[in-house]
Amino acid sequence: MTRSGIVGWTLAAPALVVIAVFFALPVVIGLALSLTDFDLYALADLSTLRFVGLDNYLRLLQTPLFWQALGNTLYFVAVGVPLSIALSLGAALLLNAGVARWQAFFRTALFAPVVTTVVAVAVIWRYLLHTRYGLINQTLAAVGIDPIDWLGDPHWSMPAIIVFATWKNFGYNMVILLAALQAVPRELYESARVDGAGTLRQFTDVTFPMLTPTLVMVAIMTVAGYFQLFAEPYVMTQGGPLRSTVSVLYFMYEEGFRWWNLGFASAVAFVLFLVIFAVSAGLWRFDRDPEGR
Amino acid sequence: MRLRELGSGSRRDVLRGLAAGAALVALGGCGRRDDRDGVLNFWAMGREAEVVAELLPAFRARHPDIEVHVQQLPWTAAHEKLLTAYAGGSLPDLCQLGNTWLPELTALDALEPLDERVDASAIARDDYYAGILDTNVMPTTGGSRLFGLPWYVDTRVLFYRSDLVRAAGHPTPPQSWPEWLAAMRAVRQRSPQTYGVLLPLNEPDPLFALALQQGALLRDDDTRGAFAQPAFRRALGFYAGIFAEGLAPTMTNAQIANVWDEFGRGLFAYYVSGPWNIGEFRRRLPRERQGDWATAPLPGPDGPGVSTAGGSSLVIFRSSRKKAAAWRLIEFLSEPATMQRFHALTGNLPPRRTAWRSPELADDAPSQAFAAQLERVRAAPKLPEWERIFQEMQRAAERVVQRVQSIDAATTELDAWVDALLEKRRWLRARTLAAAAPR
Repeated sequence: MTRSGIVGWTLAAPALVVIAVFFALPVVIGLALSLTDFDLYALADLSTLRFVGLDNYLRLLQTPLFWQALGNTLYFVAVGVPLSIALSLGAALLLNAGVARWQAFFRTALFAPVVTTVVAVAVIWRYLLHTRYGLINQTLAAVGIDPIDWLGDPHWSMPAIIVFATWKNFGYNMVILLAALQAVPRELYESARVDGAGTLRQFTDVTFPMLTPTLVMVAIMTVAGYFQLFAEPYVMTQGGPLRSTVSVLYFMYEEGFRWWNLGFASAVAFVLFLVIFAVSAGLWRFDRDPEGR
Repeated sequence: MRLRELGSGSRRDVLRGLAAGAALVALGGCGRRDDRDGVLNFWAMGREAEVVAELLPAFRARHPDIEVHVQQLPWTAAHEKLLTAYAGGSLPDLCQLGNTWLPELTALDALEPLDERVDASAIARDDYYAGILDTNVMPTTGGSRLFGLPWYVDTRVLFYRSDLVRAAGHPTPPQSWPEWLAAMRAVRQRSPQTYGVLLPLNEPDPLFALALQQGALLRDDDTRGAFAQPAFRRALGFYAGIFAEGLAPTMTNAQIANVWDEFGRGLFAYYVSGPWNIGEFRRRLPRERQGDWATAPLPGPDGPGVSTAGGSSLVIFRSSRKKAAAWRLIEFLSEPATMQRFHALTGNLPPRRTAWRSPELADDAPSQAFAAQLERVRAAPKLPEWERIFQEMQRAAERVVQRVQSIDAATTELDAWVDALLEKRRWLRARTLAAAAPR
């Protein structure tokens, strides 16, 4: 090995060790765990641990609650991600256009939900969503809409969670998109205007193409994050009513830490990883050939 | 027990959860230091944890050398926290435990047997309601042992609108299933707006109580389901029949916004529920309705029936280094006088007959139905998987009530599910038998 090679590895070693111990090792152990029936009995006495091969995975695919959880999660991702990104983009455009005079204030205010704790704001949202006394239902009542049992009705529980999660998260993407917007060269807009492009044309032909790499990155991060829905249903609904807010991760948590079937729960984690991996890989394709569409 | 807490989930629960969560984090960091200081760590849940603080000054006066630190866990997270604490070796010295969780922690060998300590103390075992005490007795390789002392009890009885039932021609509470059915039919016939009974479809307890009256739910040493056997099918048949006849609305708790309002309005005449509703009915029913409700023990197939044996116990963890001090606290909390004070503060019913002699309980008509019922309660099957089976049982019942499945199909499917779940138990049993067999 060359001298510079040795220096390079030496400098990188601390980071590599950290990655190996705190990332690679747990993943390998998790994978090994998913091939065993580690449960309460194994926790008490390790000699009862059995190697079960792919049984956990096969059993998982036959568990109706898993498919329901996957369906709930896809619902959350399919509605929540576009809604969240649209809101972020809208807010970023408004801030960038300088329509609002108090730009710095609004930027901070809209970002504030991101830095709050889910558990704390969930308490506030439970007030807002309260069937009888909640501000949301009172506002609806003012326009003549009957009260909705947001967290008690299986049809409305997921929409309520989506609204809450979107509100909580859109500020993060907004800041990233705002930075990307500010990086678009002014000259492009100038020449577009000279060519006679209106506001809409400027957006579709200048802003949007320039934003595409950032949007894809934001989309991938948001999809990966939203697939891991957990804290919101855990705090607001405990998976109910009628299991309508059980997400894949919540399902995994229940299997792993409520019933202590850690082997089975690890299998859930790997299946979720594969799903997120597949969806993210699909999204990358948009970035690779932006002209392809 | 936990269902009640989940059902009444309110913002206070969330706040309590927050407080407990934050405190737990703090506790994790200083567990060892507490040991050196000689502080007794006591984990309690929900409202009980708040109230126990008010009982402690009397304990401190008697044992000034023992400092007790009460940690509040929210019911919704307590189970996970206990298992995680076990895995992480950070269990407290003693704990309040829902008695259906004892099998699990015994399977983990986390609990300290209390037989010797009880025998050496002034606590008389036969002062406890037998069915409740039995939930704390677990089989071990060295015979059955007592792993907890009941702290308060929970069972299911009938709450009913005495005025409606009387007007329908049934002035005395029903003793048997046929009598109960007749009363419900009469109520329904008299007024089409009134159902006979409310059995929320997401609550397993009423069906479970009926099933306990009929016989065993598991077989082969608790390693296989017995739900397709005649005993459970009779219970499910009776339960589903009530819905099929239109005597009960097919509703879950989520669809009934406020049980007390609907009870006061007369949507249903009977309601199967637990001790906490005595207080709730007094608080929430309008004053003019207060004379119109009563409680009665559960009717059985052909005479007074058994009901569920729920509640919380006090346990000491094997890992504790202050077992003697922990036992002092359990002794104190188990004294009839302390139990009476506890009842006055929470409405929780005491598990000792002596404690029931206080005028607040002895002269209280709604509580007396519970006293009668407590003489006839039966423990749930004692295996760690029971809680899951219990929930799955209700889902099967819900499918029958909604006419998605026949009783045959639902119980066969339930047995298959239970058998798959208990596969490890069968394997463990075979292993133990093989090890014990002479060569």
